[in-house]
Amino acid sequence: MKPRVATAWLGGCSGCHMSFLDLDERLIELGEKIDLVYSPIADMKVFPANVDVTLVEGAVANVENEELAHIIRKNSRCVVSFGDCAVSGNVTAMRNQWDPEVVLHRAYIELSDVNPRIPREYPTIAELMKQAKPLHEIITVDAFIHGCPPTSDQIWTALTELLAGRIPASTHVFLRFG
Amino acid sequence: MAILTLTIDGEQVSGKDDESILEIARQHGIHIPTLCYIDGLAAVGSCRLCLVEIEGSPKLAPACTTKPQEGMVVRTATERLQRHRRMIVELLASEGNHQCAVCVVNNHCELQNLAYDVGLTYVRFPYLFPKKTLDASHKDFIIDRNRCVLCTRCLRVCYEVEGAHVWDVAGRGINCEIISGLNQPWGDSDTCTSCGKCVLVCPTGALIEKGEAVAEMEKKTDFLRFIVTARKKKEWINMDSDEE
Ligand code: SF4
Ligand code: SF4
Ligand code: SF4
Ligand code: FES
Repeated sequence: MKPRVATAWLGGCSGCHMSFLDLDERLIELGEKIDLVYSPIADMKVFPANVDVTLVEGAVANVENEELAHIIRKNSRCVVSFGDCAVSGNVTAMRNQWDPEVVLHRAYIELSDVNPRIPREYPTIAELMKQAKPLHEIITVDAFIHGCPPTSDQIWTALTELLAGRIPASTHVFLRFG
Repeated sequence: MAILTLTIDGEQVSGKDDESILEIARQHGIHIPTLCYIDGLAAVGSCRLCLVEIEGSPKLAPACTTKPQEGMVVRTATERLQRHRRMIVELLASEGNHQCAVCVVNNHCELQNLAYDVGLTYVRFPYLFPKKTLDASHKDFIIDRNRCVLCTRCLRVCYEVEGAHVWDVAGRGINCEIISGLNQPWGDSDTCTSCGKCVLVCPTGALIEKGEAVAEMEKKTDFLRFIVTARKKKEWINMDSDEE
């Protein structure tokens, strides 16, 4: 049976997933090696059980992210912080010095050109957590891929290692912030 | 001045008694990570990254402020030291607000290099996201305290080399910060000559030039050795060469 791989998109800009798509023709090779069982670039609504490796992009920024993070941990053998926002909070956590209300007011009232209004259709829109957190502060994380975003070469090397059952060593190849 | 012989990481080396262990190690190509130390300014031993083990002493000693002794046996890279160094970098990361991806000195940052040096895969301590200020009141420069690691290099270069003493340290513990003048906006300082030395010696993106975008600024610190040597020895060294 092929390894079951998932990718998830929490509080990030989707840049890490764009970099994942930059694997280009290697995606075909990857497609032959794995079953992609959940991903924002595939059409699955519910995070499945029994996943081998899950790459998680983004910080844990809202209640929905938090809920999904716990499901991911429960259902995955290996959870990977995928990109700087997952690893350290990064840009997503730049709001953390202020109360979410102050941030929402700034974004939706002060900076709006038309119809200033803070969207509050909870839970259709997920409520912000008080602070955005790196993934490992919410759940146990097994491996880390750095970069904002990680390069497709980093992703390829990391996936190759992970699928061979190894945790990517924190060498200079991986160790890269920004 | 006397020449002493000591052992660093199993290697027999010699150095002058008025040099630090760090200087002697560097002369022999032995790498010890540093942050607050910069060649040309007084060593203050505050960041503790350069801690080394000295045989017979239960305490760790900062290499940048410790003088050698005849027959001293020094170890610079034991597992214990590496553990401590990683922890220091983790604490620095968790007590500031660092987003390298949007930082002016991205890829040219001493803190980043230290993180790579100590093998920082992630920070084990909770990030504190402290509330910090940014002051852009100076006509040419910005201080962004989110990126400051409190190394006091800015303070020392301004005081020791420029003679202006614009910078000081205020507050304690997590509230400790670098201030200009009598805790007034940098732009209001009467003493700042706008020489830019503090900006150049700052190891991080805390002191930057205006108008630089993400990853654009690379700091050159060799001017410091040039000025200090010229003052002390009346020698005008060639800045292109790496000779001592
Ligand atoms: S100062 Fe260095 S470590 Fe901090 S955000 Fe900038 S590049 Fe990253
Ligand atoms: S620009 Fe020069 S005088 Fe002004 S604070 Fe920096 S080192 Fe001091
Ligand atoms: S502003 Fe820069 S040079 Fe000054 S203490 Fe902070 S990190 Fe060091
Ligand atoms: S470099 Fe020696 S204590 Fe900072």
